[in-house]
Amino acid sequence: MSPPFSRGFHRRHQTPAGEEGRVPPGQYVTQDFPVLSAGPTPHTPTEKWTFSIKKGSDTERSWTWDEMSALPHENVTADIHCVTRWSKLGTHWQAVSIDTLLAQVQHDAGFVLAFCDGGYTTNLPLPDVTNGQAWVAFGYDGAPLPPEHGGPARLLVPHLYFWKSAKWVRGLELLDHDEPGFWETYGYNMYGDPWKEQRYAGD
Amino acid sequence: MEGTAVRGRLTWQTATVSQLVDETATVRTIDLQVPDWAGHQAGQHLDIRLTADDGYRAERSYSIASAPGEPVAITVERLEDGEVSPYLTEDLRQGDQLELRGPIGLYFTWEPARDTSPLLLLAGGSGVVPLRAILRYRERTGSTTPARLLYSARSLPDVIYHDELDHYNQDRGVDVIYTLTRQQPPGWTGRTGRVTAAMLTDIAWPASQNPLAFVCGPTSFVEAVANALVGLGYPPGRVKTERFGATGAPGGP
Repeated sequence: MSPPFSRGFHRRHQTPAGEEGRVPPGQYVTQDFPVLSAGPTPHTPTEKWTFSIKKGSDTERSWTWDEMSALPHENVTADIHCVTRWSKLGTHWQAVSIDTLLAQVQHDAGFVLAFCDGGYTTNLPLPDVTNGQAWVAFGYDGAPLPPEHGGPARLLVPHLYFWKSAKWVRGLELLDHDEPGFWETYGYNMYGDPWKEQRYAGD
Repeated sequence: MEGTAVRGRLTWQTATVSQLVDETATVRTIDLQVPDWAGHQAGQHLDIRLTADDGYRAERSYSIASAPGEPVAITVERLEDGEVSPYLTEDLRQGDQLELRGPIGLYFTWEPARDTSPLLLLAGGSGVVPLRAILRYRERTGSTTPARLLYSARSLPDVIYHDELDHYNQDRGVDVIYTLTRQQPPGWTGRTGRVTAAMLTDIAWPASQNPLAFVCGPTSFVEAVANALVGLGYPPGRVKTERFGATGAPGGP
């Protein structure tokens, strides 16, 4: 069945020329960096910040801010796609690869649950956070990551919708099964592939 | 947490515009007939999809303006550089069809049987839309939960749902407080300027009453208000926020 046509409606947002292949279906390119979150912005001072990898109630490995800062950083350039339909192309981040962190832990996990200040969580399959696909980001455009954008540190998993790049991240829980996180419990997709438009549960 | 059950896919359906109501010079409410609407909660949103005659499609999220049990309605503010909102507020006619799916979002919701604490609603501009759904639901259910709305608008003519909100204020025990940020009518004795921590100290229910706050508006508004509420002792989990950035998209994460 063909959809109803909206007379008088026409395209106003042009995708920059040559970049059409970088914009998933249903998204439009913005130059802004909108902010979306479910509650107040946490403000955790870096001297109290740690990043932990946990298995059950055991902490397998934990890094302080200074220890994390001493790890090799990468400059990551990535296109990001928010489930609310904006995409931002060519964003620049300063980040530590999740591969670097997991290399210091013995495990056979199939999934991770990222946990954050404010009680947020989000679930990710292990193959989506390894092999140079996911980072803990501390810097954006050469400056410290602002709190409203997830600072002091957020996850960066640019190949999935951006709610998977959890703000205010404090660690990863290693799991042998998939478990819904915060938004996934409230109606959003378990995986969130923007190229398949996996926005909501069941998409 | 609730809601872990796997839900079916939200499918696109064709809705028909049953009525258009101009709320302000730039804001319009669109009542929709949706044949297979499964119902919604107060505070949820939906997705609209438009198809141009050349096949170009655009989707946007809008907060649902109507109460649970009422026909679906959305209230849309025209953004001058927007793509979808100018069409919805200027070109759409009664009887036109468009596609939608929903309802979406299970967090920014209010349910009187579950949420009996004093209700604090904080609106910036068109952020009042999902909060109006909450107040309409409170009205429909005869809830006596104490409720207070602080609504920041540019000027009095920019206040959306003005008569309805005044009705809640006069007849239904809802404290409705406007603060006008840019322009005040002659003799205005109400509040002026942006919402500040000092203003919230006056208006917000004391944290000791375990209130539940819903904050919706532009990012700068939500950041300021939510931070101030935490400063007044509200636990972050009792401050539910919904923000829209410069792109005007309300809604999700």
